[in-house]
Amino acid sequence: MVEEILDILVENAKVTADEIAVMLNQDVVEVRTQIRKLEQDRVIVRYHTLVNWEKTNREYVTALIEVKVIPQRDQGFDAIAERIYRFAEVSSVYLMSGAYDLSVMVEGRTMKEVALFVAQKLSPLDSVLSTATHFVLKKYKADGVIMEDIEKDDRLVVTP
Amino acid sequence: MNYRQLLSQRIQQVPPSGIRKFFDIVSDMKDAISLGVGEPDFVTPWNIREACIYSLEKGHTHYTSNWGLLELREEIALYLEHRFSTSYHPASEIVVTVGASEAIDLALRCLLEPGDEVLVPEPSYVSYMPNVVFAGGEAVGITTKAEEQFRLKPEAVLAKITPKTKALILPYPNNPTGAIMERADLEAIAEVLRGTDILVVSDEIYAELSYHGKHVSFASLPGMRERTIVINGFSKAFAMTGWRLGYAAGPEEIIQTMVKIHQYTMLCAPIMSQMAGLEALKSGFTDGYSQVEKMAKQYNQRRRIIVDAFNGLGLECFEPLGAFYCFPSIQRTGMTSDEFCEALLAEQKVAVVPGTAFGPSGEGFVRCSYASSIEKIQEAIKRIKIFMEYHLNA
Repeated sequence: MVEEILDILVENAKVTADEIAVMLNQDVVEVRTQIRKLEQDRVIVRYHTLVNWEKTNREYVTALIEVKVIPQRDQGFDAIAERIYRFAEVSSVYLMSGAYDLSVMVEGRTMKEVALFVAQKLSPLDSVLSTATHFVLKKYKADGVIMEDIEKDDRLVVTP
Repeated sequence: MNYRQLLSQRIQQVPPSGIRKFFDIVSDMKDAISLGVGEPDFVTPWNIREACIYSLEKGHTHYTSNWGLLELREEIALYLEHRFSTSYHPASEIVVTVGASEAIDLALRCLLEPGDEVLVPEPSYVSYMPNVVFAGGEAVGITTKAEEQFRLKPEAVLAKITPKTKALILPYPNNPTGAIMERADLEAIAEVLRGTDILVVSDEIYAELSYHGKHVSFASLPGMRERTIVINGFSKAFAMTGWRLGYAAGPEEIIQTMVKIHQYTMLCAPIMSQMAGLEALKSGFTDGYSQVEKMAKQYNQRRRIIVDAFNGLGLECFEPLGAFYCFPSIQRTGMTSDEFCEALLAEQKVAVVPGTAFGPSGEGFVRCSYASSIEKIQEAIKRIKIFMEYHLNA
């Protein structure tokens, strides 16, 4: 049941426990208990809203920064990752296999703001060897959702 | 010219589809919500569409064998075996058709002599009765009832069998009621047919959309394979309605006769659709039909929402266990199905289909499709609630 609850909430966090109970043919008290437990255990970390900022007036840029670092004795990559992810500008940090070590997503209002963040905050960190900044020009799909709703319901209204 | 006199009387006697009337009204209406749609709201999965594009790029634009691409028939055989435990020889026992609809037409035309009777459970899909008439036969309705979950009962079949009975149409999971036939129900029907020469056209197009255990194919029952034509297709399971791709599987001699009609009228199903169908089955086989099951899971959740809501509104709704329709009773409103649908559409802009479109025994019921997003279903329910409050208090 837990997995099914998560599937529903990932798709739409606004579905209520009562509705989920009906959808899964489960007791509503049980569903509520499960959701609370998932929240407490931080399996459900946060309820998130996916916004297409391009349709708003807000200035908004995202950059993906490839970071090469020196791992530290006893702590591996965790300590440097933490120093990076604590910056409010950083929206996500992943440890990667391959040509670089950390994939860092940075959000800012302008390209200049992001560039300054990299130059003044990220690059000077002791363990950082190099950075390569790639600005996102257009988001086609994010979190499994196609940003432009290209597929309209064009079914005939009544069919046999 | 007096066309009435010139045109075939047999065709003219068939009334136009009851669904059409509503279609014309709803089409002109803005912000109407339609629960009248008899097809998936999902778009065909991308890998299937992509395979079709690729096949076009490769220049696959020719006729195929009348029977359909052998590779596709092999995949169909594999699919039927895996999903429904029935086994058919790809080279001689399967024909690929232009939608399951063509397969039904072919089946009836290759079986019927003038005056032959075909038993058709009711309410059911709008095409069976006309198809029987087009093929020169006579359709004999068998009423199924809400209190029996709209399942077909052996005694009801027995009561309608005459020396002229040639075939029985077995449309489960059912459109419009959402009824299914479990193994025991089918066994009982098989028992009635054993020892007769009555053939069965088993329309299993909604087989993948069964929410109460796995669908049981009538052909998988002991002794039934030899008398059964299984009709299936890609429309509902793979969300491929517009591709018009279906198939029939059955004993060699029957399929061969069906192919005879098919080759002179249709030649073959469109190759691009066949290429797409091939991808649907191949990828399904590899990943355990995850896309099919994902869609079925979502239908199931919507099904529970809509059935729960109708019962909450006092529009009693037996639990449909298949397809993507529910069939609530509207009898307590005191209206006929037609009146209910017309008033609901005019006042609240919600389109549902009158049960009578699926045979006279559908009176007192409406068909609501839940192949729509949960948001739309909820909005429709909200409007139906207002409608009910208004009419029950008036």
